[in-house]
Amino acid sequence: MARDQAEQAAYPLDVATRGRPGARAPMSSRERWGAVFEYLLAVYKNTWRGSVFGRFMSPLLFLLAMGVGLGSLVDERAGGVDGQSYLHFVVPAIVATQAMWLAMSESTYPVYGAIRWNMAYHAMLATPLGVRDVLLGQTAAIAFHLTMSTAIFLGVAALFGGFVSWWAVLCLPIGVLTGLAFVLPLIGITARAESEETFNLVFRIVMTPLMLFSGTFFPISQLPIFLQPIAWVTPLWHGVEACRAAALGRIEPLSFGLHIAALLLFCAVGWVWARRGMERRLVV
Amino acid sequence: MSATARAAAAGAKWVAAGQVAGGSVTGVDDQVMLEARGLRKTFGDFTAVDGIDFTVRRGEAFGFLGPNGAGKSSTMKMVACTSPVSGGELRLFGLDPAEHGPQIRARLGNVPQRDTLDEELTVEENIWLYGRYFGMPRREARAKAAELLDFAQLTERRKDKVEPLSGGMKRRLTIARSLVNSPEILLLDEPTTGLDPQARHVLWDRLFRLKRSGVTLVLTTHYMDEAEQLCDRLVVMDGGRIVAEGSPRALIEEHSTREVLELRFDEDDHGRHAEAVAGIGERVEVLPDRLLLYVDDGDSAATAVHNRGVRPLSVLVRRSTLEDVFLHLTGRTLVD
Ligand SMILES: Nc1ncnc2c1ncn2[C@@H]1O[C@H](COP(=O)(O)OP(=O)(O)O)[C@@H](O)[C@H]1O
Ligand SMILES: [Mg+2]
Repeated sequence: MARDQAEQAAYPLDVATRGRPGARAPMSSRERWGAVFEYLLAVYKNTWRGSVFGRFMSPLLFLLAMGVGLGSLVDERAGGVDGQSYLHFVVPAIVATQAMWLAMSESTYPVYGAIRWNMAYHAMLATPLGVRDVLLGQTAAIAFHLTMSTAIFLGVAALFGGFVSWWAVLCLPIGVLTGLAFVLPLIGITARAESEETFNLVFRIVMTPLMLFSGTFFPISQLPIFLQPIAWVTPLWHGVEACRAAALGRIEPLSFGLHIAALLLFCAVGWVWARRGMERRLVV
Repeated sequence: MSATARAAAAGAKWVAAGQVAGGSVTGVDDQVMLEARGLRKTFGDFTAVDGIDFTVRRGEAFGFLGPNGAGKSSTMKMVACTSPVSGGELRLFGLDPAEHGPQIRARLGNVPQRDTLDEELTVEENIWLYGRYFGMPRREARAKAAELLDFAQLTERRKDKVEPLSGGMKRRLTIARSLVNSPEILLLDEPTTGLDPQARHVLWDRLFRLKRSGVTLVLTTHYMDEAEQLCDRLVVMDGGRIVAEGSPRALIEEHSTREVLELRFDEDDHGRHAEAVAGIGERVEVLPDRLLLYVDDGDSAATAVHNRGVRPLSVLVRRSTLEDVFLHLTGRTLVD
């Protein structure tokens, strides 16, 4: 009983009701998605070592192969791209592309697992949390990963002389936003996936072509004219173009604003679609 | 009564709900914790729960007994406010799940049929993080976890990952976790299915303690011994409907005889012997591997069988159980 009283004194009354019989004080939205975020962070704490290699090594290898290896060839033969050295052309594109890949790996198997294998979302939905909180917390956790790995990659790329302008720091939020423009639609797909086969399909027919044809390694003006509009409707091209504008310190307000708006639109539509998919899968 | 008629009557019944007589079970007061009228669950064209009525009072241990597919889990998920009601009315603490889902869930403990533990986290982390889902402060969740691990006899394993724990330990952890928010109703969907007998007894013992401490228990099972052990009152479910209701003893008294005589013959078709023993007891049930004679006095019935010149391979006298009630009501056995 003494401990009861001590506890009562330690917390404001409304919070203390959460663990007591009787009506409980409602949780704020931040408390709700924050609890989901906290869980996902605890899970990540156990597994981050295993994922570090893939996360940081693959963009680094791209940087070396494309920026330094291929770059010296391109610069020698063609004098760079649009008056830029190839390294400076390709580094911001790799920022956006690594965000896409991270979005892919974080929004498919882990989310699928939380729905099907360990039923972590079901556990959450048996508490005061709702689908919106689960989706928001999950998205926030992935945004956290995106922020960490984009920041580290930017640092490494800067050491290699990958940037010419301080505007390049904008690549961090743009990279995260590009990732989220994939995360939400991908969660929408994962929620509807009937098997893991779906992910292979997305990987092969969406991600890989996007990586190659979104103005990443060469400008889309090199593509046949009829293919160019396809780039316009993919988040990656907008992310690449916005990152590139920032990294080169050549931000044109109109086109830059349109790229950001396009990315935000993917997030917004993706959110609605993902949320509906999760409701349908989890609340039956 | 048809499901629609029940649903129509629901409004009228509602008013009197607080005063319905509930038998005389100790520790149970009149406060209605949970009430369903004409409750239905459909999946497309399929009806899993077909208009059921039940009321659970504070401190009671209430059970749903029925075979696989009876609709127990579908009912429990609606009660847990994790699955929307398809029809009829449901109230917990007087609140409607459709409108007050989060408020109700904040006061429930949920032990689903399949464990939803995170096997890669430790035993104690599973409880801490779950407490956070209820908005409990970290320190309070940790203090509560220590208490609950003690209760679930898992204190020694608290820093271990969940994955290597035995089935019984995982089930106890799920129960411990479900108690983190001091729920007023604890929902247990087949708490001991798949566990060995010893693990089941440990679990039953923990559930008894909870019941004694005043927690209202709502559980499902397809084991008649579990229902008899744990439930003050239960409903027998089959095909989405409630076919009988009462305390285990009352159900046995009402729907079965005091004793049962089991006869096994060296034969594939036990039905051939039914004729020879007819009339000895109240009823004869023919199972694939034995005959069941429902009688008041098993020993004198055995003598009567012998006097008729019937010579079974083995003869067994036992008391009636809920299994017999179920067999009588549905013509089928519970566990197949
Ligand atoms: N999500 C679902 N979609 C379609 N049918 C379902 C779903 N969940 C359960 N059912 C069906 O409803 C019936 C009752 O299932 P359930 O409530 O799990 O029974 P029990 O728990 O008594 O075994 C079963 O026939 C089952 O196949
Ligand atoms: Mg079930």
